[in-house]
Amino acid sequence: MTLSHCIALSLILCAIGIFGMLTRRNLLGILLSVEIILNGANINFAAFAHFRAADPVAGAVFPVFVMAVSACEIAVALAIIISMYRRKKRLDVYRLEELHG
Amino acid sequence: MADFIFFHSYLILLFPLFSFAIIGLGHLNSDNRFVAKFAITMSSLSLGYALLTTLAYLSRLPHLPERTLLAYDAAWLNFAPGLTANLGMYLDPISVMMLVVVTVISLLVNIYSVGYMKGDRSFNRFFALLALFSFSMLGLVTSGNILQMFVFWELVGVSSYALIGFWYEKPSAVAASKKAFIVTRFADAFFLLGILIVSFYSQSFSFQTLNSPETALLLNKAGVLTLATLLIFCGGWGKSAMFPLHVWLPDAMEGPTPVSSIIHSATMVVAGVYLTARMFPLFAAAESTLFVIQCIGAFTALFAAVIAITQMDIKRILAFSTLSQLGYMIFSLGAAKVCAEGGHHGAEVNLLGFSASMYHVFTHAFFKCMLFLGAGVVIHVVHSNDILQMGGLKRQMPRTYWSLLAACLAIGGVFPFSGFWSKDMILLASLQSGHWITFLVGLITGGLTAFYMFRFFFLIFHGEARSQLHHVHEDPWMTWPIIALTVPTILAGLLEHTFVEQVLPPHLSEVSHFAHPGWLPWLATLVAAIGIGGAWLLYGEGKTEKAAALQKAFGPLHTVVQNKFYIDELYLFITHKIIFNGIAASIKWFDRNVVDGVMNLCGWLLHLGGKGVRLVQNGELHLYLGATVVGLIALLFMGR
Repeated sequence: MTLSHCIALSLILCAIGIFGMLTRRNLLGILLSVEIILNGANINFAAFAHFRAADPVAGAVFPVFVMAVSACEIAVALAIIISMYRRKKRLDVYRLEELHG
Repeated sequence: MADFIFFHSYLILLFPLFSFAIIGLGHLNSDNRFVAKFAITMSSLSLGYALLTTLAYLSRLPHLPERTLLAYDAAWLNFAPGLTANLGMYLDPISVMMLVVVTVISLLVNIYSVGYMKGDRSFNRFFALLALFSFSMLGLVTSGNILQMFVFWELVGVSSYALIGFWYEKPSAVAASKKAFIVTRFADAFFLLGILIVSFYSQSFSFQTLNSPETALLLNKAGVLTLATLLIFCGGWGKSAMFPLHVWLPDAMEGPTPVSSIIHSATMVVAGVYLTARMFPLFAAAESTLFVIQCIGAFTALFAAVIAITQMDIKRILAFSTLSQLGYMIFSLGAAKVCAEGGHHGAEVNLLGFSASMYHVFTHAFFKCMLFLGAGVVIHVVHSNDILQMGGLKRQMPRTYWSLLAACLAIGGVFPFSGFWSKDMILLASLQSGHWITFLVGLITGGLTAFYMFRFFFLIFHGEARSQLHHVHEDPWMTWPIIALTVPTILAGLLEHTFVEQVLPPHLSEVSHFAHPGWLPWLATLVAAIGIGGAWLLYGEGKTEKAAALQKAFGPLHTVVQNKFYIDELYLFITHKIIFNGIAASIKWFDRNVVDGVMNLCGWLLHLGGKGVRLVQNGELHLYLGATVVGLIALLFMGR
């Protein structure tokens, strides 16, 4: 397993995430896709830390940091999604476009 | 003692101001009797102090250089070092004369108004405004500098406006007050320009500096002397209602009669004459201005007298008569200086016109005020302004009859009434000035004056009553002021020598004496007698039949004159058709379509741009994301 394999994996994960974000109509699905993109980035961090960095610990800290931040973000996003669901009874993004400018 | 009186001379002004403030602020709804008493008291105090000041001034007169005295002087506006305006009380022969005239007439009119305005809903407001007018007029005549004079000048304009429109529920009164204000304001704009020019060059506002020969020399060197004096005279042109700005004065008769009496005949309208007299040394240096003044005065005198012959409204006859007499005063001022040699220096100076003009201001104030007050009594009895509704009032109103006879004889110029002396002096001055045309105009106008005044008099008092009259009685509040005014009307002739010798402008001294031709008084009397005789023949029996036949003979000419030469219509045509519909409408079109159009185009373009940009922000999450990704990729490749 080389650095190239890891980068390819992270790229694939990122592409899957973007594809999911662009195609899913459901807000929850979009949220899941965002998580996948973040994880792709995390793998990149870890891989570079493992193969290239002089001190691998520094690289390992960042994924943990990202995970903590994304957990907070998910908490907020879920709260918004739930309140929106209660109000609108649906989570289809095409139907929720009245917030546009 | 005299110094003490001079130091407190501002009290003359303060009494009426106090009266205005107290009545206007606190007593608009109080008991009428209290307000009347208060107003009359304040007016009497003002008169008393004015007389005291006059006595003090006369006692000091022999020691005064140039006969002028700054009785009171306080710092007011400091524009810049060297350019300041002070509040002052300027005493010289003409301001002292006007002080006496204004305070006397103000008191008499106040007393008269108690009777005239009895039962009016706005009785108290009337007295408040009358006091405001007295204050402003007294301030105007005693102003020590031209800026202070301008302030009071506008104040008399405001009080005149408020009093013409006193019965504001009458649309005609409102229209008349607006007309008076706008016409005089129009003239005052030029006056202000004149003040600016004069004060710019002389670096001063005070009359003492402005009237000095140095200022005239300075202005002459700068080449603006004629322009500046003409602009200043424009103020008087509007205020003294000279042709063609005379249109406001006949309409101003919509106000209550005491107002017409004090403001629109005796005092305010002579402010223009007064201004010219006040600045006379400066005007005297500008020959062409004096010539304009002389011509315009003479023309107005004749023009208004011709119109007065055909009028049927009692107050309008008097208004046109006032215009005509103002014309006399103005052209007499214009005739005051003669440069026989054609040069500026060493010219022959003759100041008789100045004295004559001021003398006529003095005598005219009394007899014209009295004529108006008498007309007010008649209107009160007949309840109409139309002289055809009157007639035969001689038996019912003997006091008014005899007093008005004296006034008509005075204005007609019959010996020994006051008007004879002042008119004779004016005719003499115009004869001496060498302008034969103005002399003839003055002479003819004198005859016309006698004619229309006696037409007015006979139609009111002689013959049979032409309308039903109930309970005719002469209110003593109204008749006594009229009777009191007969005293100066008859006796003012005694002051002729005082005026000739003492009422002279500063810095100019009489150089040459002209002969007084002995035939002149006889000629003037003959012309007046012809006028009175003509009136007697046509109207002596108080009937209009003979006049109607004559009127038919003149036909269209009479119609033109009766309609005041259609000057009002001409103004309406110019303002409505040419200015409003022509110039203003095209400017409005330009504003609405071009100026507004450019602004609207800018707004429309921005709006369109905003609309285009808004299309991008449609709320579709996928589009945003797609754009982000595509943009990111594009950036990556562009980075290469």
